Amino acid sequence: MPHGPEHKFHETLANPKLQAAIYRATGRLVEHRREAVAPEMLPEYQELRAQANLLKKHTIDNLDYYLETFEANVVDHGGRVVYARDAAEAVGFLADLAKERGARLVVKSKSMTTEEIGLNDHLGARGFEVVETDLGEYIVQLAHQRPYHIVAPALHMTRYDVADLFERELGVANETGIEQQTRIAHDVLRQKFLAADIGVSGANFLVADSGAVVILENEGNIRLTTSAPKIHVAIAGIEKMIPRAQDLAVFLKLLARSATGQALGSYTSFLSGPRREGEIDGPDEFYVVLLDNGRTRILADREKRESLYCIRCGACLNHCPVYRKVGGHNYPWVYSGPIGAVLTPQYLGVTHEPWLPFASSLCGACAEVCPVKIDLPKLLLALRADVVDARAGTYHAPASAKRATWRGRVFTHIFSMDGRTERLAFRLWTFVMRHPRIYELFGMMLKDVLGDGSGGCIRSLPCFAARGPLAAWLSERDLAAPPSKNFRQLWRERRKAGVA
Amino acid sequence: MPLENIVEQARQALGRRAGQSPEVPPPPRIRLPEMDAAARLRRFFEAFEKLSGKTHLAATREDACAYIEQVIAGRRAVASNAPLLRECGVTALASVRSGFTEREALRTECAGAEIGITGADYALADTGSLVLFSSAEEARMVSLLPPLHIAVIRRERILTGLDELFDTVPLPSDRSSSMVFITGPSRTADIEQILVRGVHGPGEIHVVVL
Repeated sequence: MPHGPEHKFHETLANPKLQAAIYRATGRLVEHRREAVAPEMLPEYQELRAQANLLKKHTIDNLDYYLETFEANVVDHGGRVVYARDAAEAVGFLADLAKERGARLVVKSKSMTTEEIGLNDHLGARGFEVVETDLGEYIVQLAHQRPYHIVAPALHMTRYDVADLFERELGVANETGIEQQTRIAHDVLRQKFLAADIGVSGANFLVADSGAVVILENEGNIRLTTSAPKIHVAIAGIEKMIPRAQDLAVFLKLLARSATGQALGSYTSFLSGPRREGEIDGPDEFYVVLLDNGRTRILADREKRESLYCIRCGACLNHCPVYRKVGGHNYPWVYSGPIGAVLTPQYLGVTHEPWLPFASSLCGACAEVCPVKIDLPKLLLALRADVVDARAGTYHAPASAKRATWRGRVFTHIFSMDGRTERLAFRLWTFVMRHPRIYELFGMMLKDVLGDGSGGCIRSLPCFAARGPLAAWLSERDLAAPPSKNFRQLWRERRKAGVA
Repeated sequence: MPLENIVEQARQALGRRAGQSPEVPPPPRIRLPEMDAAARLRRFFEAFEKLSGKTHLAATREDACAYIEQVIAGRRAVASNAPLLRECGVTALASVRSGFTEREALRTECAGAEIGITGADYALADTGSLVLFSSAEEARMVSLLPPLHIAVIRRERILTGLDELFDTVPLPSDRSSSMVFITGPSRTADIEQILVRGVHGPGEIHVVVL
């Protein structure tokens, strides 16, 4: 199996404070979601999921039509749609617009899509000031990091981290009270809102029949971002489309509940175009940047097209036993957790981070809680196959294997498998599994090697297996030692004694 | 901008032709529960209070105005141009400024005010939400910049929930450039998941039902 950047994983796993923070935060979100979608709270939950899945499937399968409909309606209301093939085009449009309008300060609300295209860095490099306005995002921006979690960007930081950060970056007193910290951020950001030339937001949904973007939030920074500056630019992936405003009766009931357990976030904005004749405030200009950045390529893949149904609730992260141990920053790209493991190889290519689809126990919890019923384990398996296909024939054994003993070599080879070795290994496995006597023999041999346990634990392996996945597995866990008698032995003894 | 490109690319990826109509979409799923006026009001108040909002059922317009005057308690307030507020006498209260039609003036006023008073087009009973369309009567900033928001709404505007709203207003974009659902006060839990109210929007919210 291909390996990831292990040293970073070990740092996260060895940090008890961080482990507790991730576990507590995701655990709370899991609990809130469970209460919110429980049958007594939302009897129609499963029906809503089924409908959401049908609607997303239909929209994605007919996306060209809905893109055209959406665009026509945006134009009808006085806005403009801009298509961007990649990050460079999206950033280029914004930079040109800002330059043309003589803008300097851009306020931004939380958006994974703008993270995806690295908007802040790119605009910053061109001399514009870009300020994140969601409290968690603002903290992460000040710390020069990327969001730790789709809905809880600063999940990994404590109030003390924030106090030091604010002191260092804002020149304020070291304030550890969370309310006071929120107040400090409010005061700084309020001035930014009132002075900003352009507001950049993401979008949770693009509504084709209305030409509208729909955005959910709790803080009010999205309402300010989209309403205070004279120009509002929404940046969204083309897959965020839904056919009709009426379909929000389905999606809005699912999104906030799946994300945080709320029935609705504090604010849900349905925005269609610049302010109209007579309206007192709101932006004079309204743009929707529709981003491809690899999405049409995924569209062409019938088997994995459903990856595009995602509405970014984050529930799969919270329920994932892997995410809950390794956290968000060990994933190589902006999207983390199961959906990150599915999206990243498809956007960046399977050879880019080939270990990613393997970083899953395939327990299926993610698919159980996905509000649009994306079959994430199926997609992970399909991507594993893609990785193996991409690697077949190109595998080179690591140099360390050549120096090792023959047994070590066999082990290392089997467990750093390329396509051919993997096939061979599984053929061997199939043979053993079909021959009970040989299976038993192997079991006894393994027990001899691992030692005879009496309720104890195995913390390390004999030298020949000191490499490979078992050793890696044991580096963070203990394995229960095998019992002194195995099932077959007990079975035979009991038969002999006439018990069974 | 390469507009045709992406749509065309999507079309090819999906194996569709230009101008080809889409498959028939699944019908909208709208369920309208039976709920009488009293139950709607009760449900709405329960949900609103659960979000730490304060509720007041006003018997008369004078009563509504008296409640609002008592909440304002002499602090600086700004009111939207909703006719209902004028009818109740809210705009005539000493510390309330109203009648703004110009963006900059309104924004400056809202940024300095401690209380924003608006009407609401609808309320949603099951989520405790207020629904506000932006218009000449309702500016966006009044319910957003001041730290305390008071909304006044007529009892018959309480709908059961999202389904009834989208049944009543199937195309919100026909009415306004902005429809917003306000569901409780502005809040954040971004630091250590500790709840703090009033981060960018109002931390305190009242509703007066007439």
